[in-house]
Amino acid sequence: MSSDQPFITDESQVVTETRDARMTGQGDRFNSRLREAFGSSPFILTKFDKFLNWCRGSSMFMLQFGIACCSIEMMHTYAVKHDLDRFGSGVPRASPRQADVMIVPGTIVSKFAPRMKRVYDQMPEPKFVVGMGSCTISGGPFQEGYNVIKGAEEVIPIDIHVPGCPPRPEALVYGVVKLQERIANGEAAPVTVKPYELEEFSDLERDELVDKLADQIDDDELVMRYNFADSP
Amino acid sequence: MSLERPDTVDDGAVERTPDELEALLGDLVVDRDDHLNAPGFVIRPDTVQETLSILKEQAGYDHLSVVSAQEYENRYESIYHLKKFDDPTQEVSVVVPADKDDPVSESAEPVFRTADWHEREAYDLIGIEYDDHPDLRRILLPETWQGHPLSMDYDLDRPQIATLPEHANPLEDHHKDAESDTMFLNIGPHHPATHGVLHLKTTLDGEQVVDVEPDIGYLHRSEEQMAQSGTYRHQIMPYPDRWDYISAGLLNEWAYARAAEDLADIEVPEYAQVIRTMGAEMCRIAAHMLALATFALDINGDFTATFMYAINDRERVQNLLEDLTGQRLMFNYFRLGGVVWDLPEPREEFFSKTRDFLDQLPESVEEYHNLITSNEVFQMRTIDTGVLPPEVAKNYGATGPVARGSGVDYDLRRDDPYGYYDELDWDVVTEEGCDNFSRLLVRMREVEESAKIIGQCVDLLEDWPEDERNIQANVPRTLRPDDDTEIYRAVEGAKGELGIYIRADGTDKPARFKIRSPCFSNLQTLPEMANGEYIPDVVAALGSLDIVLGEVDR
Repeated sequence: MSSDQPFITDESQVVTETRDARMTGQGDRFNSRLREAFGSSPFILTKFDKFLNWCRGSSMFMLQFGIACCSIEMMHTYAVKHDLDRFGSGVPRASPRQADVMIVPGTIVSKFAPRMKRVYDQMPEPKFVVGMGSCTISGGPFQEGYNVIKGAEEVIPIDIHVPGCPPRPEALVYGVVKLQERIANGEAAPVTVKPYELEEFSDLERDELVDKLADQIDDDELVMRYNFADSP
Repeated sequence: MSLERPDTVDDGAVERTPDELEALLGDLVVDRDDHLNAPGFVIRPDTVQETLSILKEQAGYDHLSVVSAQEYENRYESIYHLKKFDDPTQEVSVVVPADKDDPVSESAEPVFRTADWHEREAYDLIGIEYDDHPDLRRILLPETWQGHPLSMDYDLDRPQIATLPEHANPLEDHHKDAESDTMFLNIGPHHPATHGVLHLKTTLDGEQVVDVEPDIGYLHRSEEQMAQSGTYRHQIMPYPDRWDYISAGLLNEWAYARAAEDLADIEVPEYAQVIRTMGAEMCRIAAHMLALATFALDINGDFTATFMYAINDRERVQNLLEDLTGQRLMFNYFRLGGVVWDLPEPREEFFSKTRDFLDQLPESVEEYHNLITSNEVFQMRTIDTGVLPPEVAKNYGATGPVARGSGVDYDLRRDDPYGYYDELDWDVVTEEGCDNFSRLLVRMREVEESAKIIGQCVDLLEDWPEDERNIQANVPRTLRPDDDTEIYRAVEGAKGELGIYIRADGTDKPARFKIRSPCFSNLQTLPEMANGEYIPDVVAALGSLDIVLGEVDR
């Protein structure tokens, strides 16, 4: 038995008695190539964490989350021809509470960033984010815009960036598969404090702007403060 | 001169010369400020309603395309671009200057309902205040935004705060007031049925909608600022692709190309016009296919059949467009004065692929009719729901399939011809039903008309003599249109009248670049269609409007 052959499918070399014993009483329908491949051993020896990560990576529920142009290519990725489901990650869920992965497909602007943060917060752990397109990297073609957040990473942590304007469906598939690999290997993006966080209005540092808005915004209302001068 | 004011409403067909119009308006006109596309009458800021009513009721200018506002060194200015639904080549601009220190101008909302949102946008981005406006607040930017970003003294680096207000919990006893038994329901901005990031504030009485208020601006990407900081020749063209991003790129590029070409007086070679026409109609098919797919998704929840079939047809068109332009979605194919390159070689292969697509299209359309339009459940959901009477549609400035679904026979491809459309044989599709079903039917029939146009273009291109294939006119490397020339030009985009207003100031960048988005006006009709209906009908009405938020918010 050579070491570069993890599974032995050659009938003659399999200890068939054990397998036959295992199969006893079951119809042929329950047999499979995988079972045959495992051969004599009905058990797999692995680390529990590794197994769990493999499960996680192999069955991911995406959040149905459309923002801008990239969401059109994202729809094409889900639909016929590209069919993301082939890779075990193609079922978009409308509710963030049922989703593991969020694809951020588009430009984030000032009004939307707090909402996106809220949707992200509603997803259960462990959760992963694929940033789709140049806008989620840097603001893309709209970087100079007065209203545009210079990349989704200013607001939420991102595991995989897929560049392009918009990326082709093949590129998105590649990004998602890369994410699956990372998850299966137990790698995760470091969670850092983001420049733009949701906070209560009363927690903001008092300055001219805050004083000016004080009579418009309640103290306990959630706000996001943008310092465009510090943006890259 | 026979210029007595007629008592009855004009039938709109009568064309008046600019001088006759000036005489009709009499003392209201303070000055003339003609634009390249239309005569412009300067009026005082407190006579807006009077002037517009005369033009609407006595001269037949019943379509307020857009209100474009801007700030000059010494004044603010709002321009009302009027035209006629019967003949959009008859245009007139009403220019309303406002005081630099205290920019207040009368609202046009009582005359044209559509002015409501347009003036809110002008207030939001430029800072002009409109007297007598029913609800003057910010529309695109967060309510707590500081300053008006397209005004002259705006500082891009100033810090801003956006709020996330507490969502009203519909399960708590949340009443509109103590007496009534209504409930408040948030739909969006992250919701599968809103086609992007739209927020609907809905007030319900039981299952019935009392009031729905679209809250937009979640995708306001400063498109106008982007265009104003790019040079005419090359730097603006990539952005139109991203307004209406549902593969309608070439239609949008044409809007900019048409305005800029007329501004800089560029003649486009006939061969390039045929290629443009063909490409634009392919885009229209792709855009309508997605409208169909998502509409079926909204109504039937049909993610498996109709959606997939329509996406499959889109893939076919996108392959053709990719062959033609080199890109799947953001084509950047038009240039001022033509297109960037000729048809792909070998040409025969491209033609046969295109013909193959056209040949299988009738079968696909038949299949959609079997799947959705002849489906009884679908009919129950869409027929006689979301009714938009033609007069209301006109008042709101609705255009495109939304207006044509209400029987308004208005299509700029025929009425204000550009490109090669007037040489080809095709029909404008209208439906009289005024409901969700009619709007869908219009789109499905338009797909067939577009296929007819593409077929004729392919025939023309195939026989085009090899030495006459001129794809671009000679255009200077840097364009500097004359100082203080202004133009408003529109084309028939996938969603309706997509217009561009440009003011040139003698440099190589526009001084003001205003986008008239069809979806912006179309979305404004939603309360008219949805109020009084059931909550699922709101979703159906929204789906049949076929909005794309990139174009609503820009």
